[in-house]
Amino acid sequence: MRLSLGPLQYFWPRDRVLEFYRAAASWPLEVIYLGETVCSKRRELTARDWLALAAELADAGREVVLSSLALIEAESELAALERLIDNGRFRIEANDLSAVQLCRERRLPFVGGPSLNIYNHRALALLMEDGLFRWVPGVEQGRELLGELRTEMAAAGGRMPELEVIAWGRLPLSWSARCFTARAFDVGKDDCGFRCIEHPDGLPLATREGQPLLVINGVQVQGHAVCDLGPELPELRGLGVDLLRLYPQAERMAEIVQHFRAAVDGTGTPERLGAVNGYWHGQAGDAALVTST
Amino acid sequence: MQLVCPAGNLPALKAAIDHGADAVYAGFRDQTNARAFPGLNFDESELRQGVGYAHQRGRKVYIALNTYPDAARLVAWQSAVNRAAELGADAIIAAELAVLEYAARAHPGLPRHLSVQGSATTAAALRYYYERCGIARAVLPRVLSIQQVERLAATAPVPIEVFAFGSLCIMVEGRCQLSSYLTGASPNRHGVCSPARFVRWEEGPDGARTVRLNGVLIDRFDPEEPAGYPTVCKGRFDVNGEIFHALEEPTSLNTLELLPRLASAGVAAIKIEGRQRGVAYVTAVTGTWRQALDRLAADPAGWQPLPAWQRTLAAHAEGHQTTLGPYHRAWH
Repeated sequence: MRLSLGPLQYFWPRDRVLEFYRAAASWPLEVIYLGETVCSKRRELTARDWLALAAELADAGREVVLSSLALIEAESELAALERLIDNGRFRIEANDLSAVQLCRERRLPFVGGPSLNIYNHRALALLMEDGLFRWVPGVEQGRELLGELRTEMAAAGGRMPELEVIAWGRLPLSWSARCFTARAFDVGKDDCGFRCIEHPDGLPLATREGQPLLVINGVQVQGHAVCDLGPELPELRGLGVDLLRLYPQAERMAEIVQHFRAAVDGTGTPERLGAVNGYWHGQAGDAALVTST
Repeated sequence: MQLVCPAGNLPALKAAIDHGADAVYAGFRDQTNARAFPGLNFDESELRQGVGYAHQRGRKVYIALNTYPDAARLVAWQSAVNRAAELGADAIIAAELAVLEYAARAHPGLPRHLSVQGSATTAAALRYYYERCGIARAVLPRVLSIQQVERLAATAPVPIEVFAFGSLCIMVEGRCQLSSYLTGASPNRHGVCSPARFVRWEEGPDGARTVRLNGVLIDRFDPEEPAGYPTVCKGRFDVNGEIFHALEEPTSLNTLELLPRLASAGVAAIKIEGRQRGVAYVTAVTGTWRQALDRLAADPAGWQPLPAWQRTLAAHAEGHQTTLGPYHRAWH
């Protein structure tokens, strides 16, 4: 089983991003996803910077994949996506069907990211015809749904693509045209002042009773819990999962990567460092609402 | 420009037809559509009557099959496509690739409209559905500004339908897991956001009410304060020590003042949200938009949104408030 570092979902200052990935170059993982998936206004790194970083990490022996923006609204964003896909060297994680189509038109293989809505074997097979070689299921796909999908795929005589499951990090739950960080600071999206940069792990949202619930990350909303599928490793192996995706959080990433490395290279079940992912167990995603696993 | 109106049941369907809808959209009484609320939607006999009623009057019926079947349930969605074809539907409205592809193969003569749940926001994404599934029309998610809608209408491979009025999903449709994060029931898979069985209202001795979704506090209301249906996106929460509608206020989309621009952009159809609403809503809202469209066709240069129209629409809006929503840049 391989480990991947998912795309950075937050907006960090340029130096912090470069420092993070220079450290990641020596972490024991196989695949690194790079690029901005949340907001096209986040430009601490330009497209050229991301490509330079990609080349550095590839030279360090990592498989590098360039992740696309999950929500594309403006034609300028679509044009930027085309340039990304036409980079000539690195493969793409397609996070919406615009990216799928542009890869398909160029006959380029792609990773199907978690924000594509793929819920069954037939949709997956269609996208594999289009060039999907690896699939990161969306957050709602738990062990039962994935198991059923594998069974149905086999029954239809199809094969599965590489399967990459989100094993660490906050789950991306929704996207909007509206920027909720700008809203929280009572400024317009067009005058946001790039306030996301002040929240390297997102902006927490709690209920009126103080129960942590969500995290605001610009136009994206995440669950508050940092989910950890480490303890479910035996199930993940049983489902034929090829890669575990670790999403960058602001703290402890070197330690987390080491922890998962030891887990996948060993035979035991790792201890739980983060929260239960209720979705995996067919329940509410929020760990606080999980009844039993 | 076609007026497409919601029909949650047979009386609403008839009301929409009687008050000027060019087409109505409806769903089966199961999880194959995104308004799978208890007591709503159509069995086969009702839908057959509805299709008959519409067709006798020269109007169309579209069947929404716009949820995402998981692998084990795909067969049920395929059979719903068959039923829609047998009942004489004028189109299906679907989002999921396997459903659309099956419909194209099994019923090539039945037009396929891409649902708003398909989350297609660009010409490239629309090309995908067009080339892969042969869609005849696409409903756009409520995320684009009016300028972006105008551009997309010019570059899309198929005619465009946009939402004109009704409850506003703040998130990109088809890409929101807030409800399932709290309940485990998925709008995409099960066709319902904030299922009623997870909603609990409580009234305190002072008349203040709290509302919870699967035990999680969504909002608290003073005795006289209006309280809407509790979806996570329209609750009040604590961010940075401030309690407010952190995602969106309870409000409805109303694009009436944009009608001439939508028409000149070549938008093929405008859609009214609200299959969960009753006959009174469908009657008033359909009638108002019919008048507005007819007046626009008769006098495009002199068209103005009448205050009476806006009053009627506001009266039927969520929280009695309306917004231009994402069409207007300042909302973002």
